[in-house]
Amino acid sequence: MPAFITPTVIAHLVLIFAVMNMLVLSSAFMVWMERKVCAYIQDRLGPNRVGFEGLLQPFADVFKLLLKEELVPKAADKLLFLLAPIISVAAALTAFSVVPFGTQITLFGLLDPPLRLEVTDVNVGILVVFAITSMGVYGIVLAGWSSNSKYSLLGGLRSSAQMISYEISYGLALAAVVMLAGSLSLREVVMNQSGYWWHLIPRWYLFLQPLGFLIFFTAGVAETNRAPFDFPEAEQELVAGYHTEYSSMSFGLFFLAEYVNMVTVSAVATSLYLGGWLGPFLPDWLGWIWFLIKTLALLFFYVWMRWTLPRYRYDQLMEFGWKYLLPVAIVNLIVTAALVIWLG
Amino acid sequence: MLRAYIPIFLFILVGIAFAIVTLIVSRLVHAEKANEVKLEPYECGIEPQTDARDRYSVRYYLVAMLFVIFDVETVFMFPWAVVLDRLALFGLIEMFLFVLILVVGYAYAWKKGALEWA
Amino acid sequence: MDVIAFYVFAAIAVVASLLVIGQRNPMHSVMLLIVSFGALSGLYVLLDAPFTAVTQIIVYAGAIMVLFLFVVMLLNAHTEDEVVPPTLGPHGMKVAVVLSLALAAEAIWAFSRISPTVFSNDPGLTGSISSVARIGAGIFTTHAFAFEVTSVLILVAMVGAVVIARKEA
Repeated sequence: MPAFITPTVIAHLVLIFAVMNMLVLSSAFMVWMERKVCAYIQDRLGPNRVGFEGLLQPFADVFKLLLKEELVPKAADKLLFLLAPIISVAAALTAFSVVPFGTQITLFGLLDPPLRLEVTDVNVGILVVFAITSMGVYGIVLAGWSSNSKYSLLGGLRSSAQMISYEISYGLALAAVVMLAGSLSLREVVMNQSGYWWHLIPRWYLFLQPLGFLIFFTAGVAETNRAPFDFPEAEQELVAGYHTEYSSMSFGLFFLAEYVNMVTVSAVATSLYLGGWLGPFLPDWLGWIWFLIKTLALLFFYVWMRWTLPRYRYDQLMEFGWKYLLPVAIVNLIVTAALVIWLG
Repeated sequence: MLRAYIPIFLFILVGIAFAIVTLIVSRLVHAEKANEVKLEPYECGIEPQTDARDRYSVRYYLVAMLFVIFDVETVFMFPWAVVLDRLALFGLIEMFLFVLILVVGYAYAWKKGALEWA
Repeated sequence: MDVIAFYVFAAIAVVASLLVIGQRNPMHSVMLLIVSFGALSGLYVLLDAPFTAVTQIIVYAGAIMVLFLFVVMLLNAHTEDEVVPPTLGPHGMKVAVVLSLALAAEAIWAFSRISPTVFSNDPGLTGSISSVARIGAGIFTTHAFAFEVTSVLILVAMVGAVVIARKEA
């Protein structure tokens, strides 16, 4: 066996593989949760035939999509048409690579040094999240343009303009957290939130940055094109937006990207504002359970919003982003800076 | 090479490979029975008369332009946020001035209606 | 390992850039330019400059290229129109050759003036250059004035964008 294949390297590769699979599986789970929650909100039963309580429904859907005929419109730009879903999925999956989801494990003493529960910890982690999020817009623009269909083009343009409008507020909310933590590494941000105030309230940044959290999550919802900002799916006016012409698995990939993006936004919000894997009662090495619970809570919130709030109108959306969210994000940042300096 | 970045590149590669493999597998198992009508762009059943790639509102261009400008501003915020505790009051005043000058431009854009969409 | 990675990124950057000017479809050119920027960002990581690398992605690949894409789409340019290349006039070619030679000479002169010490291999030195805290300290103390002037530049850009786009209103 070559020298560089140590247990640590193998453990890392296994971890990367596991995280990839978890992301894809979690989006399958999200599809199920979304349909189930929606059903209960609307006083229905929801999927309940395939597997226990319909848990296997997403897999049945995937097999159905696999067998569907794939059409590439004849007026389409074929290369870009095929490229668009690939870009969307790759960007969605990659953004998770810098999110830490636990402290470290030794697998009962098997691993030395212990394996940290994260794909990687880079010292500009928060900026990596920001950078990769900004890449996601290309999948949508290209899908809209390359289809050469009016609905697709308008849907793609609208969603991309929406994404870039909210990206700035997203970035400014991130900067406010960076200021509190004094670091761009997500692991350090989480570590800085350990401990309690008066032995009771956890030192989460949520309590120091309530406005920042709201800005981040609002911008995150808009970035992932979810209700009440789900303009690509404004079916009354745009049919299915940028993916109108997509069918079979290439449609499935856009679907996957959307759900993985939701998981990533929730996971990043958990790390930045809700103390990541930190929590009481559980031993250190089981911290990832807390991470899972918090992320799921945010994901549930996503679904809850979708089935409760009506969709914005497009001009309202753009005005909200530029005239309200952006100034509030800037003021939040400056006030945070003043408080950080004043209180040390 | 910063070793910590290798997993990110791996992730990008694996993500792309995953998408491509999925597309290939689906291509292998599903039926292909395309015909002229199926390959038309969707227009609620009416035959498309013109090419979809027509000119569109200049506002999208304006939004993209403003986005570039504010994005550059945002990028400046990050190194500032990291060293703020060392810069203390000087850093705060500095950034306040920076933002103030930008707010002038923002107010101008607002007044000129660049942020209106209706 | 580093050397292989360098050659891979460098090759991607060069090939993608060459293909950018070789495309007839401007949309494809824009996408290839993004690939090229991505490869450059990989090179910055190799140089131990992660902040520069992510900034490259955020600003160039993530923002400026979106603007390019919107412009290309706005101009309704499917493929490059088959037009006669604009004539340069009787002396145009000569002027162009002289100008490009002058530019090349200038570039060579500039490069020759860079002393080798700028490209230090000392890991301590490069490490200190690349850390975000160092960059922040540099921008906000030594170069504070330049930083403030940048905001004026951004202001001018913003006013310019609004004026150009709202001309007809």
